[in-house]
Amino acid sequence: MPPISFLLLIRFRIPNAIHCQQVGAAGKKTSVEAKTSCCNWQFHPQILETMASIFQGVGAATALSSSTSFDTKKFQFSSRRSLPERKTSFVVVRSGASKMDNGSNRTGGRADHLVTNAVATKYDNPAASTASKPGHELLLFEALREGLEEEMERDARVCVMGEDVGHYGGSYKVTKGLADKYGDLRVLDTPIAENSFTGMGIGAAMTGLRPIIEGMNMGFLLLAFNQISNNCGMLHYTSGGQFKIPVVIRGPGGVGRQLGAEHSQRLESYFQSIPGIQMVACSTPYNAKGLMKAAIRSDNPVILFEHVLLYNLKERIPDEEYVLSLEEAEMVRPGEHVTILTYSRMRYHVMQAAKTLVNKGYDPEVIDIRSLKPFDLYTIGNSIKKTHRVLIVEECMRTGGIGASLTAAITENFHDYLDAPIVCLSSQDVPTPYAGTLEEWTVVQPPQIVAAVEQLCR
Amino acid sequence: MALARRSSNLLKPLSTASSSSSSSFLHRRPFSTDDSTTITIETSVPFTGHNCEPPSRSIDTSPKELMTFFTDMALMRRMEIAADSLYKSKLIRGFCHLYDGQEAVNIGMEAAITKKDCIITAYRDHCIFLGRGGTLLESFSELMGRQAGCSRGKGGSMHFYKKDACFFGGHGIVGAQVPLGCGLAFAQKYRKEDHVTFTMYGDGAANQGQLFEALNMAALWDLPAILVCENNHYGMGTAEWRAAKSPSYYKRGDYVPGLKVDGMDAFAVKQACKFAKEHALKNGPIILEMDTYRYHGHSMSDPGSTYRTRDEISGVRQERDPLERIRKLIMAHDIATEKELKDIEKLARKEVDEAIAKAKESPMPEESELFTNVYRKGYGVESFGADRKELRATLP
Repeated sequence: MPPISFLLLIRFRIPNAIHCQQVGAAGKKTSVEAKTSCCNWQFHPQILETMASIFQGVGAATALSSSTSFDTKKFQFSSRRSLPERKTSFVVVRSGASKMDNGSNRTGGRADHLVTNAVATKYDNPAASTASKPGHELLLFEALREGLEEEMERDARVCVMGEDVGHYGGSYKVTKGLADKYGDLRVLDTPIAENSFTGMGIGAAMTGLRPIIEGMNMGFLLLAFNQISNNCGMLHYTSGGQFKIPVVIRGPGGVGRQLGAEHSQRLESYFQSIPGIQMVACSTPYNAKGLMKAAIRSDNPVILFEHVLLYNLKERIPDEEYVLSLEEAEMVRPGEHVTILTYSRMRYHVMQAAKTLVNKGYDPEVIDIRSLKPFDLYTIGNSIKKTHRVLIVEECMRTGGIGASLTAAITENFHDYLDAPIVCLSSQDVPTPYAGTLEEWTVVQPPQIVAAVEQLCR
Repeated sequence: MALARRSSNLLKPLSTASSSSSSSFLHRRPFSTDDSTTITIETSVPFTGHNCEPPSRSIDTSPKELMTFFTDMALMRRMEIAADSLYKSKLIRGFCHLYDGQEAVNIGMEAAITKKDCIITAYRDHCIFLGRGGTLLESFSELMGRQAGCSRGKGGSMHFYKKDACFFGGHGIVGAQVPLGCGLAFAQKYRKEDHVTFTMYGDGAANQGQLFEALNMAALWDLPAILVCENNHYGMGTAEWRAAKSPSYYKRGDYVPGLKVDGMDAFAVKQACKFAKEHALKNGPIILEMDTYRYHGHSMSDPGSTYRTRDEISGVRQERDPLERIRKLIMAHDIATEKELKDIEKLARKEVDEAIAKAKESPMPEESELFTNVYRKGYGVESFGADRKELRATLP
């Protein structure tokens, strides 16, 4: 067994990065048993036992303070700096199963024929089913705004800068209303100078501020590539650890609706080699808010990839505050036959194809990888060990995209577990054309996914 | 800095100073100087202003300040020359950009500001680091890639930083530090601090677009940013008249006021920086153009004589050398004799040699250092950092 997977084996993980922390009366962490009872985790009993032994073995105090050696701190999710007046539980728990229900509900409202532009439209189920559930419903851009606003409220050092984020409210309304609330300096309208306002954000971060730099479209950030690569990614290293750069660089990318070649770029493939940064891609309102908050709180530079076509997705998210983990993947639909790895908009194409596949008798396991750098090889690995077949569905180009890197990573680490070569469906290596039909042909469509799974599972 | 008021026996402190260990050179003043007498000096040339009223030519100083300037500049000069020979003996590799000839810019600037004002510069940063309080040991260790270096050996010549003294580096890409500098000024304004940022760049970087973008934003939001163009008249091998249509860099700001300063005169620089700091705190950005000169080539791989004549270099050295200027001022005002100044230079040489010897003893970084400081762990929510799946590899 290669040493990497051995390391993975001894690191126990919770598949969906949602953790429960109940601060008891004495302020101490509750025991493992109490946690699991309140948390409804779908856990294999063996893992539970090992968790218990880790807790007892390490001891609460050391688990909290040690840095990398123990994974027990994964299980404790309270903020050390939580405000003293906050006495209620910090984070909400949801297991993977309920996420799946949401996913299938969302696609259930549509007609049965395969729609080629699989973007979830407004959730048109009757109100009765949603009224009784806890939480509140909102669109993805509103979820981003909520996360952003909560973080700005919590930490005065958090500020936003970008084109038209202030008075205009953001070109996708993510920062609407924030300038009125926080003022022009905290929600800064910049001139059209990506290179220098990205540099400005990084310079401000060196002194301790936590700016969120918005690119109106991810493609424009190519102009700021030097700042992102050299100053953002590398300064922590070249200064020997003196400076940290807690910036969040976010913006919409991906192929939209006939926006043309230059406005349909997928920058995750260009940025993925930069050392020192983290990349995440959100796909639902739930993970958008959680990842936004996690990215802001992270001391590392994080690039948050949103998608132009996903801003109007509607979902019910919890009222309580929650923060997701930046390095974990999301199990969208557990299955047995094949592992489908995807992220961002392609998740919806995959879920659409999954419906057809289920009707045809297949049982795909769909994982939204979410963390583009570093890959969550633990979740992915566990899935591969179960299904032995991998299909990657991505929106990047075939050459040098996220799928290409993921293929290499999986082959390196899990080669022994594969029964068939990894299939990677990506966009074509062409500039995105304007014409609608051509544009559809550029990206991966559900019928192609179905065909690929059938081919793979033969 | 406590100075013993021993005005008579000036040679005695020399021996005591040399016996002490290598502390920061700023704390060792072997020569006592008088703080109370004021000497008024006129700058070599008057200032030229653009959209602003230039400050006056006469500057007040004291013997103590003169001696401080001389000692610090002698140390910087000696450090750069030592770096030259270290590079030629292949202990320093890669890029090494030397600052000798331009020391007055940093010395004058430091005299006018505090350690809470930020400085950011490009790759000619060894002396700036020293001026901000860095030690010779950290400097030479970093140049040789050792653990005792200011960036633990992982940055190199172009990446010197000193966070506690607000020195933000040390950047290799020409012009990229200017938006960073405006970001530092933005943070100062955001936090309502009473400090300014000096963003330094060269005449070559003055043609970068991001400079004008940053200047626009700084002027738009009245950021306390002072852009300092160290005009040594050559952008690597290209003379300024061949690279810029308008070599009046202080005028390039258009609506932003500018001041042209003789960068070889430490007092002119000091006066200009004081003026600029007051201006920036009230009115927003200002550009300072320091007319200076570098004796070495652009870097150690550049002989420096293919695009300029040796006569030019020696001419500047004879007429405008910043160290000589201070030396003449000191001797003209009878603050110290020639021998004493020579002794200071010898002491500087000794300090530098000691620092080099100590730096050579410092070990190379551990192999595990390859993977440290890529990410920062944790984000206050008690979760993990990105390298929890830390690659543990044994390197050959």
